Amino acid sequence: MNFPILTSLILLPAIGSFFIFFVKFNKNYQSSKYVALFISLANFVLALYLWSIFDNSSSEFQFIEEKKWIQGYFNYKVGIDGISILFIILTTFITPLCIISVNSTVTKRLKDFLIAILLMETLMIGVFCSLDLILFYLFFEGGLIPMFLIIGIWGGERRVYSAFKFFLYTLLGSVLMLVAIITIYWMTGTTDVEKLYQIGIDYNYQKLLWLAFFSSFAVKTPMWPFHTWLPDAHVEAPTAGSVLLAAILLKMAGYGFIRFSLGLFPLASEYFIPLVFTLSLIAIVYTSLVALMQEDMKKLIAYSSVAHMGFVTLGIFTLTQQGLVGSIFQMISHGLISAALFLCVGVVYERMHTRLINKYGGVVSVMPKYAIVFMIFTLGALGLPGTTGFVGEFLILLAAFKKSFLVAIIASLGVIFGAAYMLWLYRRIIFGEIKNADVKKLFDLKKHEIVILWSIAVPSIFFGFYPQPLIVTVDVSVINLLEMYNNNLKTFLVNK
Amino acid sequence: MEYIILFLPLLASFVAGFFGKLIGERNSEIITSLSVSITAILSIIIFYNVVTQDYNNNIVIASWIKSGSLEINWAINIDALSSVMLVVVTLISSIVHIYSIGYMSHDPHKPRFMAFLSLFTFAMLTLVTSDNFLQLFFGWEGVGLCSYFLIGFWFKRESANAAAIKAFLVNRVGDFGLALGIFLIFYLFGTINYDEVFKLIPTILDEKINFLSFDFNSIDLICILLFIGAMGKSAQIILHTWLPDAMEGPTPVSALIHAATMVTAGVFLVVRCSPIYEFSELALSIVTIVGIVTAIFAASVALVQNDIKKIIAYSTCSQLGYMFFATGVGAYNVAMFHLFTHAFFKALLFLGSGSVIHSFNDEQDINKMGGVKKILPYTYILMIIGTLALTGFPFLSGFYSKDAIIEFAYLKGDYLGYFAASAGVFTALLTSIYSWRLIFKTFHGSYNNTKQPIESVHESPMVMIIPLIILAIGSILGGILFKDLFIGQESSYVFWKSSIKFLDPLSIDHPPIWFIILTPALVIISIPISFYLFVKNKNVTKVLIEQNRPFYLFLKNKWYFDEFYEFIFIKPLKFLGYLFWKKVDGSIIDKFGPDGISKIIKNFSIKAVKFQSGFIYQYAFVMLLGFSLLLTLLILD
Repeated sequence: MNFPILTSLILLPAIGSFFIFFVKFNKNYQSSKYVALFISLANFVLALYLWSIFDNSSSEFQFIEEKKWIQGYFNYKVGIDGISILFIILTTFITPLCIISVNSTVTKRLKDFLIAILLMETLMIGVFCSLDLILFYLFFEGGLIPMFLIIGIWGGERRVYSAFKFFLYTLLGSVLMLVAIITIYWMTGTTDVEKLYQIGIDYNYQKLLWLAFFSSFAVKTPMWPFHTWLPDAHVEAPTAGSVLLAAILLKMAGYGFIRFSLGLFPLASEYFIPLVFTLSLIAIVYTSLVALMQEDMKKLIAYSSVAHMGFVTLGIFTLTQQGLVGSIFQMISHGLISAALFLCVGVVYERMHTRLINKYGGVVSVMPKYAIVFMIFTLGALGLPGTTGFVGEFLILLAAFKKSFLVAIIASLGVIFGAAYMLWLYRRIIFGEIKNADVKKLFDLKKHEIVILWSIAVPSIFFGFYPQPLIVTVDVSVINLLEMYNNNLKTFLVNK
Repeated sequence: MEYIILFLPLLASFVAGFFGKLIGERNSEIITSLSVSITAILSIIIFYNVVTQDYNNNIVIASWIKSGSLEINWAINIDALSSVMLVVVTLISSIVHIYSIGYMSHDPHKPRFMAFLSLFTFAMLTLVTSDNFLQLFFGWEGVGLCSYFLIGFWFKRESANAAAIKAFLVNRVGDFGLALGIFLIFYLFGTINYDEVFKLIPTILDEKINFLSFDFNSIDLICILLFIGAMGKSAQIILHTWLPDAMEGPTPVSALIHAATMVTAGVFLVVRCSPIYEFSELALSIVTIVGIVTAIFAASVALVQNDIKKIIAYSTCSQLGYMFFATGVGAYNVAMFHLFTHAFFKALLFLGSGSVIHSFNDEQDINKMGGVKKILPYTYILMIIGTLALTGFPFLSGFYSKDAIIEFAYLKGDYLGYFAASAGVFTALLTSIYSWRLIFKTFHGSYNNTKQPIESVHESPMVMIIPLIILAIGSILGGILFKDLFIGQESSYVFWKSSIKFLDPLSIDHPPIWFIILTPALVIISIPISFYLFVKNKNVTKVLIEQNRPFYLFLKNKWYFDEFYEFIFIKPLKFLGYLFWKKVDGSIIDKFGPDGISKIIKNFSIKAVKFQSGFIYQYAFVMLLGFSLLLTLLILD
């Protein structure tokens, strides 16, 4: 494989953003949007091509590219396995949809907005490809900057407060991660992930290092009690920003847990299982109840994201095949469904300029097409069998049940609450008599909205009925990861 | 053929749902009704094949989820049990489809309605033809979803929306149990395929399992968890509150989903899992007790309700209780028989009441009816047939199935069996009284509606009456024709075979003759008594109510279940949600977390700014301070 396909994937959006930055467009920048759309679509096609030539049956990292960067210290090294590729596909799939949705939500500085989105894409693909800790850190933290700008510039009224809250929270966690990475370098002399997997990290330091990584990932996931930045960030972010945030940014942490926490610090991971379980369960139950009481649609969905990510962290730390596959599946599913839900909110927000649930009601009478797609995603979010939401939750709960009955029972409560807040939200917006005169003036979905929403609806139903393509892609990598994990534990016990 | 049965309703649903506007209302109605009718005919053929040729088939359509040792398929599994369910579901469904053409004729959203009915049929079929627990769960949630849509079909009515959500959520509580049951099965056996699980059951008979620090027998625990799911779907006491509210949906929906098919899914589940339940004495006792209590509870509430549909809804609840205690005493086939006959006469009663409501221009209060038996002759006669069948009047279908349940309970021979049998007799009496109360108040006596003149009451169109006639034929003949097949002494070897497991062969004794006669006698006697109470001399009931006011209110308010739940679940949960949001998130986490930190930094930086005062003596002082501190440290070392 001579063609540097991963580097191309990473760089293509960045090149596109440079292009948009330097080329002059006509006044309203509409053509810059087409350029951005074209580039992101090309990247999606490239990602699909990558998937098609990806070897499911191999447990090795594939398409590895390695370049010397800072001589003797660390290298530019990228490569993927079955876990990363799904997130790459998700990223490249969601980005063009975001760009289409920009149509009417962003009125000022469209060009800059597109540049931010494309840069985001570059950084996020970079996160999922990196096989070097420093490189990972750069991409991981770099992703903060465009997001910070998106919220800070194109956000709502309290955008500055939210942007700073977002930035502070996530940066504080990350500083600790950086310290941990440097420590690892001093201990082992390398930041190459593959090599680190082989060398293993001194057992005495694992717990501290694990906590340092955890502090970063827990904030980004977000896990309870580090979650309060998320509702604020979502509420203020423009639709496209919320979509990227929910669909992809949050997944970087889940990915990080799998790739680094489990891979590098198996002993510490095993040790901290109770902590993660406790926080996950609190997240599931607590945020579900909070979601139930929300009056702002976006806040409701933001809180539900926290609950859903609680399932993800729960699944990862069951450390079983079903749990891990379920978690990855849940992340992809949540990436699709939460993205779509934010887009759905965006659709009516654009028309009514309010996110307060009680201003709506009876929308189905004027927007029947909207009611249908919104219903599909509502059902996906509450985990109805036949949607992707179910497969992930089911596998995670199945795995959790193996670990502990009590954990599975409490987590299952989240499924009941999930149905409650989603259906109640839907009812208050869509059903009932029209009480607000503004609702009467609403018009149904426009063409580009139909395209966006249905192109998310189709995969979220298809993979609900036939999840096999996704499961097969991650299976071998997950088995391999678990094998490595268990071997590490064993050697430790033997040495002891 | 199986593929057609399963997918034709789905296809029809898609066509009517997405292209309803394009092809027109009438075509949507025809396409859905025709499709479901075809599946009904095919189902009857399959049932016939099963009966005559021992037809059995397990078709794997596709692989669904495969991860590690977990392997789940989409499948169509045909055996005696599923063939019975196929017939019940598709037959009632096709009748309801046709009836709906008339009943919903003034509704602007007909294609959507028909699409949901067909979709429901599809979901119910995937439920009954599953060969594993997960596809069952898929169908289980699927029918729940369609039920949600159809209860809330008139989406402008707040009460309909509330009822729809309530139905979904209460069912979710049940599903919670079912899901945990499935997890436990996978945990114990590593598979969730019926056949494989059922084969492995005898290997874990004495296995104990620690569940929430209690030691349970694993099989008991599986059965109890599955039964929680069954209680939700089949509206058994504790999880029954959604069913009466579900009457907010259009009446054909009540007939199909909330009487004949979906609510019997719980009974089906227990019968399907008979190879597990047979090994759990404890679970069977629980099933029996829940069944008994529900039967009595629901019948007692039905006595005093005034909404025609709610009376029938409680009656359904009560009859489902019968089915459960039949399974509890090990008479699974009798439970299935009652499920089969009940589908006909209960659908008949619901559709009949729909015809009444239609005739009275959407009036549902039986106090505002009366004196119309001559104006609505067909409906009247058909309702009478339904009532006779329900109450178990000799030689109609309910007589064979319900009395068989009572007899088998008696033959169980232990205390629980005798208790169940006497509860069955008592409930049969209550059933008879509330059913005749409904008939007499609706059709007899004088016309009581002040809002609309009697002339405005009109008989329903033939498209509604003919489906009723078909159901009436089923209600009359269903018992006598199929009793040998379903509950004959040889039925377990001849018909049910491996689809139902009987650990001990069914008793072939007969209860004493006085006991056999007791139920029909009570049922017959109660007809003139009811006539006297509700038509001839209404003062008797009035006095009775006045004298026992608290008891009357207790029944009238459905034993205060809704109020109780509001008090112990809904309000506290909402309160907790509010508390977590405002107090914990807002006042604790944010205050001490990000906002607190940024405040500290801000204060600190303000102080730091003040520090740069520009006065040299201040700087010199600080330098001196630092220098002496350093010096001290060096000396101390």
